[in-house]
Amino acid sequence: MYAYDTLDQTFVEQRTAQFREQVRRRLANELSEDEFKPLRLRNGLYLQLHAYMLRVAIPYGLLSADQLRALARIARRYDRGYGHFTTRQNIQFNWIRLEDAPDILNDLAAAEMHAVQTSGNCIRNITTDQFAGVAADEIDDPRPWAEIIRQWSTNHPEFSFLPRKFKVAVTGSASDRSAMRVHDIGVRLTRGIDGEIGFEIWVGGGLGRTPMIAQLLRGFLPKEHLLGYLEAILRVYNVEGRRDNLYKSRIKILVSALGIEKFRELVEAEWNQITDPGLQLGDAEISRVRAHFRPPQYADLPGRSPEFEAKRLEDAAFARWAKANLFPHERPGYAAVTISLKPIGGVPGDLTAAQMEAVASLADAYSFSEIRVTHRQNLVLAHVPQHRLYDLWRALDALDLATPNLSRVTDIIACPGLDYCGLATARSIPIAQRLSERLAALDEQYDLDQLTINISGCVNSCSHHHVGHIGILGLEKGGAESYQITLGGSSAEDVAVGRIVGPGFGAVDVVDAVETILITYLGQREDGERFLDTVRRVGQDPFRDALYKQP
Amino acid sequence: MPKRVITANRLVDGAVVWRDGAGRWREEIDHAAASDDDETVARMLAGARTDEAAGVVIGPYEVEVEQAAVSRKLLPTHLRERIRAGGPTVVPN
Repeated sequence: MYAYDTLDQTFVEQRTAQFREQVRRRLANELSEDEFKPLRLRNGLYLQLHAYMLRVAIPYGLLSADQLRALARIARRYDRGYGHFTTRQNIQFNWIRLEDAPDILNDLAAAEMHAVQTSGNCIRNITTDQFAGVAADEIDDPRPWAEIIRQWSTNHPEFSFLPRKFKVAVTGSASDRSAMRVHDIGVRLTRGIDGEIGFEIWVGGGLGRTPMIAQLLRGFLPKEHLLGYLEAILRVYNVEGRRDNLYKSRIKILVSALGIEKFRELVEAEWNQITDPGLQLGDAEISRVRAHFRPPQYADLPGRSPEFEAKRLEDAAFARWAKANLFPHERPGYAAVTISLKPIGGVPGDLTAAQMEAVASLADAYSFSEIRVTHRQNLVLAHVPQHRLYDLWRALDALDLATPNLSRVTDIIACPGLDYCGLATARSIPIAQRLSERLAALDEQYDLDQLTINISGCVNSCSHHHVGHIGILGLEKGGAESYQITLGGSSAEDVAVGRIVGPGFGAVDVVDAVETILITYLGQREDGERFLDTVRRVGQDPFRDALYKQP
Repeated sequence: MPKRVITANRLVDGAVVWRDGAGRWREEIDHAAASDDDETVARMLAGARTDEAAGVVIGPYEVEVEQAAVSRKLLPTHLRERIRAGGPTVVPN
């Protein structure tokens, strides 16, 4: 994985020292809150309902075991002993004291981490496929490209005050596990007519109060031009994007208003004017970054492990977990393991300090000391030998981290919602917990197959509710929580924005409503049909009838 | 007019605090000074803003409350403020 060079280390240490002085001045009341707020947000420090919240960047979701231990120490020393993983593959600490923030940034810097650009109108953490470098269907490993974009976008002087925040995802496969098309820019690795590697560039996706799917801006971009082309897109957005209306300031609104053809014309014109040779990616630079992402020293293993096969037959619980939480590895004899952070009835995406330390030790023992964070708020150990899966599963089970529910109905994405977030209008976590408890039995009995539920506590849609197969948006209506349900969304390669099924439900009734939707699905589904496919085949009427028609 | 109390977040740690009758900031809403008199509430808010200018608290504002029938405890009428007063409604895993 990427290791800081002197430039990176100096930058984060200087930024930490700078922020320490800014905090001192704020605590001494030499800076007002109005003056200080933009400075703390530049360092990922928000003020939420009950305390300050620090959002720590995890570039493209990749962590070393030592970095996870550093996060555990922060959780234990400065927070209440846990952290919350987010849909940007970052981690948030909910109970931070302002006076501790400089020490935390110092501890992060010592572990080659920071909280820069996790807030504000700048280019945020670059996200990617959690199975990068592992997936057999990959054209190329997206991580070096994500790292190249990270280096370019970090502290980029021209893009520090964009009209609004800006999110980029990179994927290396046709199967989209990174929600690429609901990002401001989606970068997908592809091959040209001679087999050379390049990129599809998608633009104008996003969720929030106006969900839009990204459109194809350029079908093939030679790899050496990646940064120049991104620079051109950002320049057009920086100049043309609206700054007069917060709700119309994202690039999706600009692309939609201009039309993709006009937007493309502006970008290509800007790109043709860019002559900075520093933006041209030479082979040496690409190789330099690629060297950080070389495959680990895999053992030569047979493609099938007799031990793994035997344990699957012996132990039904292990077999169930293996069926749900393993992903094929491109290397014979290995598997990628998803560690579910969605225990039945638990808080989605939360991990205690003790669990972080235990997962770090398991990563050391089983997966080359590497952990990945997924945009669905789970963790991945990407390189586990198949013959060791049973031992790993037992260790995870002892930690309450072996829930066999990846991409199933209880693998719910939930934002912090009104329990923590200053922007939220309704609670998310308690709804997720009650749904998880209610639906686990239904899934066990009827095998609901692949089915995603995403719950956001406000229109900002941090939990991507628009693209959940079932999306739930919490709003405040007449002083009470009201939950609007959408059906048919997807963030994968069959990307779609879900459609509202009807009037919202109260906090008490929404769980019954989702159960009604699932029972309706069971009555409608054909053999092997996922929930999403059933909704697309039969439309909303059967669900609407079940939810709203009086018997 | 309904009863109102003054709340803010404390600068040093962001904690939710409530202003008592002596102008001190307390962590429990039970200690908050409540009034249904507009002038009194305006005076309490002005005092809170002085504390804000002094760098003690951030963003003071008034919150509508009701008194529980039996316990007589103060309870914000709005859910957001109830959660601020009582903490998250969920417990960590």
